[in-house]
Amino acid sequence: MSKEEKKVNRRDFLFTASYTVGAVGVGAVIWPMIDQMNPDKAQQALATTEVDISSIEPGKSITVLWRGKPIFIKKRTSEEIAEARAVKLDDLPDPQKDEDRVKEGKDEWLVMLGVCTHLGCVPLKDKGDFNGWFCPCHGSHYDVSGRIRKGPAPTNMEIPKFEFVDSNTIKIG
Amino acid sequence: MSEHEYVPKSKAAKWFNDRLPLLTLGAHLTDYPTPKNLNYWWTFGGILTFCLITQIVTGIVLAMHYVAHADLAFASVEHIMRDVNYGWLIRYIHSNGASMFFLAVYIHIFRSLFYGSYKSPREVIWIIGLMIYLLMMAAAFMGYVLPWGQMSFWGATVITNLFSAIPLVGDSITTWLWGAYSVDNPTLNRFFSLHYLIPFLILGLVVLHIWALHVPGNNNPVGIDIKKPSKDTVPFHPYITIKDAFALLVFMIIFAGFVFFTPNVLGHSDNYIPANPLVTPAHIVPEWYLLPFYAILRSVPDKLGGVILMFSAIFILFVLPWLDTSKVRSAVFRPIYRQFFWILVIDVLMLGYVGAMPAEGVYLVLARVGTIYYFLHFIVVMPVVGYLEKTDPIPMSISEPVLTGGAEPSLARKVNDKV
Repeated sequence: MSKEEKKVNRRDFLFTASYTVGAVGVGAVIWPMIDQMNPDKAQQALATTEVDISSIEPGKSITVLWRGKPIFIKKRTSEEIAEARAVKLDDLPDPQKDEDRVKEGKDEWLVMLGVCTHLGCVPLKDKGDFNGWFCPCHGSHYDVSGRIRKGPAPTNMEIPKFEFVDSNTIKIG
Repeated sequence: MSEHEYVPKSKAAKWFNDRLPLLTLGAHLTDYPTPKNLNYWWTFGGILTFCLITQIVTGIVLAMHYVAHADLAFASVEHIMRDVNYGWLIRYIHSNGASMFFLAVYIHIFRSLFYGSYKSPREVIWIIGLMIYLLMMAAAFMGYVLPWGQMSFWGATVITNLFSAIPLVGDSITTWLWGAYSVDNPTLNRFFSLHYLIPFLILGLVVLHIWALHVPGNNNPVGIDIKKPSKDTVPFHPYITIKDAFALLVFMIIFAGFVFFTPNVLGHSDNYIPANPLVTPAHIVPEWYLLPFYAILRSVPDKLGGVILMFSAIFILFVLPWLDTSKVRSAVFRPIYRQFFWILVIDVLMLGYVGAMPAEGVYLVLARVGTIYYFLHFIVVMPVVGYLEKTDPIPMSISEPVLTGGAEPSLARKVNDKV
């Protein structure tokens, strides 16, 4: 009896083959049902935005919408840049140099996703304990480089992919 | 299910019942032997059924006038309020109905906690009930998004961002939920679809909930097993139906009080401002019935930790029947547990209060204390108290203390007797 149980016969092969084909078939039907919920072509088409930044005064910032999310574009003063660079990396929950958050030679321009990395609220500018941004939802404090300093947010505010088309225009995305 | 065979009187009814025994089911539901000592805390099952039907009926009507599009949703809700005949009434019933639904379900859950209704042999009823509760929260959350006001939009943003805390795949899951790169029109569209679906899933689970209930029968305030049918039981109809109907009437008076006199008191005024993805309201709060969980979320200074703790606060209830080690069901006979029960009630109310307050200073401290106690109650207090507690004597039957004029010690069970 025990010998017969162990023996793989043709029926076992048929069962396994049928289940496998069935599983592939079910998967092939389920995947479109899942993937249809991902961003569609119309959403993906909104992937780039060009912004005119010529009218921004030093120390001021503007907010533009990109992919439904706010982008903060701030022209920082030299004091603000110096302040951001004076911070020791050990004091940062998510250590990152200010130099790595801006384009080289365009140090005054901070372009970042204005979305709190905690739960997605829009932080308020010129607020908080670190002279940068403060998220009113759950109390995250960001510094003048948009780096998380205090509160529940795990990471610095994100820097999107962007480039300077010319000295007065940037392209986000 | 039924102990006796039901035979319909008319020939036509018998013909039908032989082919589909619906009438037998109906007879079972009316004859269903129910403990005669059920108090008014037991009327909330009926009240909850009423709430579900009310939400489905008003919801179907609202869907006839609502437009699920980011540019039109807010205006269509105002159109319902101003132009549609009795639209204001139907919408206020629906929005306040959600609150009344949760009010009733919380009383229903705490009744179960007090009288030990989740304990053997009723664990499956309890677990199905929790699944209903989870679906209710999902339905309520998505429903709150539909008017596309500021609280709708930012509530949706915060809650969907909870999933971004998941390591590695969090961001992909969040984008998948949105169908966009932020909460946007595709999000609103799918939330409407699911908001319409979920009540019918709940309805199906309610059928299972009642089915599972009718296998062991109702628990009762004394918490002892009873013979059915016996002198300890009464038929469901008319004894329980009339009691349920009276309680429902009182409940409807309170419901109508909200609808007609303070229809917006449970909502947030910011939701009468159209959604703006560039400005977050200064003070985001969820609806009152989610506040205790929101307080738990905010009490943790770590994103993933807060999300895990918040979901744990709900999922720990699923294993409650196995965390409670007491052999005695009803807290009436559990002098120590009874006190912890009321501490838990106060704890949850306090968490709800601090959930509505800013997460700073004394509120943050209270939220942390409340969160720690919440988990201690289930993980430590329930197993330990159940094990150590000296329970009061339990009556032999429901009738005995009544018929003999009090709980005679000679009639009482010994502590170690099987319940």
